[in-house]
Amino acid sequence: MSTNGTADGTLLAVKNLKKHFKIGGGLFKNRAGQVLKAVDGVTFDIKRGETFGLVGESGCGKTTLGQTIVRLYEPTSGQIIFDGTDISELREEKLRPLRRGMQMIFQDPGSSLDPRMTVGDIIGEPLDVFRVGSKDEQKQRIEELLRIVGLNAYFVNRYPHEFSGGQRQRIGIARSLALNPKLIVCDEAVSALDVSIQAQVLNLLNDLQEQFGLTYLFVAHNLAVVAHVSDRIGVMYLGKMVELGSTPQIYDHPLHPYTKALLSAIPIPQVGVKKKVERIILTGDVPSPINPPSGCPFHPRCPIATQRCSVDPPLFEQKESGHWAACHYAS
Amino acid sequence: MSNGSSPVLEVKNLKTHFFTRTGVVQAVDDVSFSMYEGESLAIVGESGCGKTITALSLMKLIPHPGKIIQGEIHLHSDTGDVDLVKQSDRQMADIRGNKIGMIFQEPMTSLNPVLTIGYQLMEPLKLHLQMTDEQARKQAIELLRRVGIPAAAERLNDYPHQFSGGMRQRVMIAMAIACSPLILIADEPTTALDVTIQAQILELIRKMNQDLGVGVMLITHDLGVVAELCQRVIVMYAGQIIEEAPIEEIFNNPKHHYTIGLLRSMPKLGPHVKERLVPMKGLPPDLLNPPKGCRFQPRCPARQAKCAETPPLMPMGPRHRAACWFPEEHGA
Repeated sequence: MSTNGTADGTLLAVKNLKKHFKIGGGLFKNRAGQVLKAVDGVTFDIKRGETFGLVGESGCGKTTLGQTIVRLYEPTSGQIIFDGTDISELREEKLRPLRRGMQMIFQDPGSSLDPRMTVGDIIGEPLDVFRVGSKDEQKQRIEELLRIVGLNAYFVNRYPHEFSGGQRQRIGIARSLALNPKLIVCDEAVSALDVSIQAQVLNLLNDLQEQFGLTYLFVAHNLAVVAHVSDRIGVMYLGKMVELGSTPQIYDHPLHPYTKALLSAIPIPQVGVKKKVERIILTGDVPSPINPPSGCPFHPRCPIATQRCSVDPPLFEQKESGHWAACHYAS
Repeated sequence: MSNGSSPVLEVKNLKTHFFTRTGVVQAVDDVSFSMYEGESLAIVGESGCGKTITALSLMKLIPHPGKIIQGEIHLHSDTGDVDLVKQSDRQMADIRGNKIGMIFQEPMTSLNPVLTIGYQLMEPLKLHLQMTDEQARKQAIELLRRVGIPAAAERLNDYPHQFSGGMRQRVMIAMAIACSPLILIADEPTTALDVTIQAQILELIRKMNQDLGVGVMLITHDLGVVAELCQRVIVMYAGQIIEEAPIEEIFNNPKHHYTIGLLRSMPKLGPHVKERLVPMKGLPPDLLNPPKGCRFQPRCPARQAKCAETPPLMPMGPRHRAACWFPEEHGA
């Protein structure tokens, strides 16, 4: 287990991380031996206090990447260096104390909160698991957490079904804050909410970050939401990161043709405003990650692909300061 | 388009209520609007505002325990004027899919998984247009081709699970336009799709609207999609229409404080990193027991004593109406 210094302010460094799933076997013998490469060699880092946005369409591996980072999945290979410790191969008992430092908020608070537990039990569970404080101290902490996320302290004895979607997401956030984590992985945390409620939760996440110096990995498919909350953005396609840069770099000056298409496809809720970029409508669907295309995985849908792209996989390279892309013709 | 031509659909004082064990939910409460020939009209609002129930009321497909308890829905077609509320189930079966087509959010649940796409496409053609098998088959291939499905003839024999999400939505659109309906109701047609696929489907719906002249009624919560596709917008809140205007007016000169709140809470795409959003306070009301008077007043920043009286839809400009006693002066 290597232990690196963290003087440069990096909280999380992910190096060439892979998560492959073996599929087939049993009933599906004909597919035995096939491998689904959900995350296939991803490298990036997140600085302390930063929000790193991860975008991509369904099946691009963004959720698997988030869950592998907090070790809900065993990585197939690669390194995850969290707060100076490589956690990619740590065993459960060594991992446990570090887990306190990283928490998750899920998309659907309806299914990620146990319907038979009271709100107090849900928020207090992490405190119980890690035996933090006495019963009285725990009770105080739970009430404090409820206030922090903007809920009334007298909600402790209620059950999740008594709350609206936005309130349930606040409960999920309170639970994630219980152990004073350093990193919170927000996986589509506002995607299920109506726009007026979504705005409330986004503002709350922003306030909490300022108040507690939190670092977020914000995983979502909605580029407008991601651009709104993130300092830097990584764009994923078929298990690979195809572009990474600061939010202004990605938004004003995207390099990868996939990022350009993704940006241009977003419907803009304004009229009479000329679109910044010509709409690029991609043809076809996202290919299967079980049998990804050769060369650059995006080449079958890419408007500027050449012969070279179908054989020669592009390297993920720094094209300008802090702005990376995996494309032979990035411009 | 919508000012000169005649209405194809006129909804008058429609009330659809749900009679639940805990009380009466006023899901659609006194809604009146018209839709004109070939126009693209959006009905927007958040979950539970009644937009989907309004659409289902037009098709008379309201789930139990809902009932249309009042109102008229006039459909004007070349075969005359009918009040859909008064039609029997038998008569409605002739209208659904024939005069009004509908597509839903999740195409997998609206396609029959054990029947081929071809069978499901040919069925309405044989039923409504009395085509023979041979004619229906040819027409089905033509429809699939028109919605952009490659190798249409071979794909007729495929089952829904063999299609991707975007392709299934294309098949749904092909089915919905099979009998050249007057109106295509699209209920959140792209919500379940990825953004690059969404762009393809929106483009297709726009083409159907422009090339075939089908009137499109788009039900959605996404104002971005509305701006892409529609000419006119109806905003619903708590079972009622609170604003109705051409698209430019809704975005550039909104009058109702709910519409303004909705626009302000949307994250705008652009380099405004961590700019604070301006959310509306509170939650939408419980429709078992909606607030008296204006239903938005408990959350409204411009509330005054008069708001305890229900505001009617009042003219705010050409083809612009809003239900507010104290509308915004200069838009948001």
